[in-house]
Amino acid sequence: MAQKKKETARVVSQKSLAPGIFDLTVQTSLAGDAGCGQFVAVYPKDKSTLLPRPISICEADRAAQTLRLVYRVAGKGTAEFSGLSAGESVDILGVLGNGFPVEKAQKGMTAVLLGGGIGVPPILQLAKELDCEKKIVVGYRDAQCFLKEDFEKCGEVYVATEDGSEGTKGNVMDAIAANVIKADIIYACGPMPMLRAIKKYAEENNIPAYISLEERMACGVGACLGCVCKTTAVDHHSHVNNARICTDGPVFEAREVDI
Amino acid sequence: MNTSVKIAGVELKNPVMTGSGTFGSGMEYSEFVDLNRLGAVVTKGVANVPWPGNPTPRVAEVYGGMLNAIGLQNPGIDVFIERDLEFLKQFDTKVIVNVCGKTVEDYLEVVEKLADTNADMLEINVSCPNVKEGAIAFGQKADALYDITSRIKKIAKQPVIMKLSPNVTDITEMARAAEAAGADAISLINTLTGVKIDIEKRKFVLANKTGGMSGPAIKPIAVRMVWQCANAVKIPIIGMGGIATAEDALEFLMAGATAVAVGAMNFVNPYTTTEVAGGIEQFMEKHGIEDINEIIGCVK
Repeated sequence: MAQKKKETARVVSQKSLAPGIFDLTVQTSLAGDAGCGQFVAVYPKDKSTLLPRPISICEADRAAQTLRLVYRVAGKGTAEFSGLSAGESVDILGVLGNGFPVEKAQKGMTAVLLGGGIGVPPILQLAKELDCEKKIVVGYRDAQCFLKEDFEKCGEVYVATEDGSEGTKGNVMDAIAANVIKADIIYACGPMPMLRAIKKYAEENNIPAYISLEERMACGVGACLGCVCKTTAVDHHSHVNNARICTDGPVFEAREVDI
Repeated sequence: MNTSVKIAGVELKNPVMTGSGTFGSGMEYSEFVDLNRLGAVVTKGVANVPWPGNPTPRVAEVYGGMLNAIGLQNPGIDVFIERDLEFLKQFDTKVIVNVCGKTVEDYLEVVEKLADTNADMLEINVSCPNVKEGAIAFGQKADALYDITSRIKKIAKQPVIMKLSPNVTDITEMARAAEAAGADAISLINTLTGVKIDIEKRKFVLANKTGGMSGPAIKPIAVRMVWQCANAVKIPIIGMGGIATAEDALEFLMAGATAVAVGAMNFVNPYTTTEVAGGIEQFMEKHGIEDINEIIGCVK
């Protein structure tokens, strides 16, 4: 794996995709090593907010050395990021975590990609890289279906909205049922209730599933042990069934974790 | 120019260490910094058996700092000796092992197992606010601190540093008890107990409810306590609490600390330790200081 480093990136562009959802592209050498499902930690300039914010990589252009980060404003740090404009600088630590195993989906297989809410963005780079049949199921609160057009370039797209304003009313699991979608392999990122439902579904149907988890973290590099999740087997770091989401994850095989 | 300092006969090439729990065993940060540049690596607290730690969320950001309630998750002393101490052998830096336990016997078991290892010193954690048994229970009452310190000193093969809690009425009372019981040095401060509430959910942010506060916001309290202890005891002091820059470290040294540790700021800027070490050298050069020991405790 590439060496992690902290560097100053330059903002290429930023726009709002939906209320509270921002699309930030930065120029950084970190892009050269970025894999789908990995993340970076972005530093606020306001020193009262010390910790870098973990943000998933939505797209990585390794040749152009740019990273596209699509994030939701959730507090002071991300509110500050939303004010960044082209030409400004921003400090970034990366590339962090283990991403989605692209090689597990072989030609001839149907990969089902599931994204829910702010878990939608990291699915995009994966959708671009997978070289097999792809069914992409994305779930939103309402008709603000950010990134939907980007997904339509990569495969068949199914939408679920909580308010029923577009696609299937309900969540991504409802869309799977309504459209009778069959999977040979599942990749997913989204809120915990969605990931729990996917884990259950995958285990009942004996489908390999790779899910990306989230937790409050401090260091992002595996030292502070803040962002652990329960694992079914003894973990290799602390030997106590606690994997570190930032370094052992964020992507886990669903059977490995006890969520 | 001399940057080396001595603690209980152990010479450190410079006074910069890592704060226990903020640097793992150095493995994760060896990607960012050259561990050979550090005076010492202080490893994360290790117990006699693996500890699973607390439920999540374990960390929360607060103004100018953070709260943590990790709960001393660790792999236990056997794995630690085999893997972590083995890893640290390749570096030219001193190794200080932080030891935790629920009972005095737990501590003694770990200390005994470390006797014939490459650990240069032991730091005894009697001040973690995030575990229900042990730890801080030994660090908030002078007689309990005296008792555990003297029992550890009886069997320890390496110099013993007692890490003190700031969550007491008078920290000098604790410093004196540790010194009277034979401690070779003291380190301070551990984190300050704090609480953060999520007003939307009307709930504690941390699963543990309370957590230990660290980061730049606690530095003035830490410098004050180091200065107080420096005036109360003769044994060396390792100062820590919110160090982000060489200037911060120099405040601790001038207040009476023989060495300093970088803690939470490792999480913010992974290069902090070596930047602090480099910055101290620059300060010495700029001010014509030949020997770092000239400035230790220079502010009375």
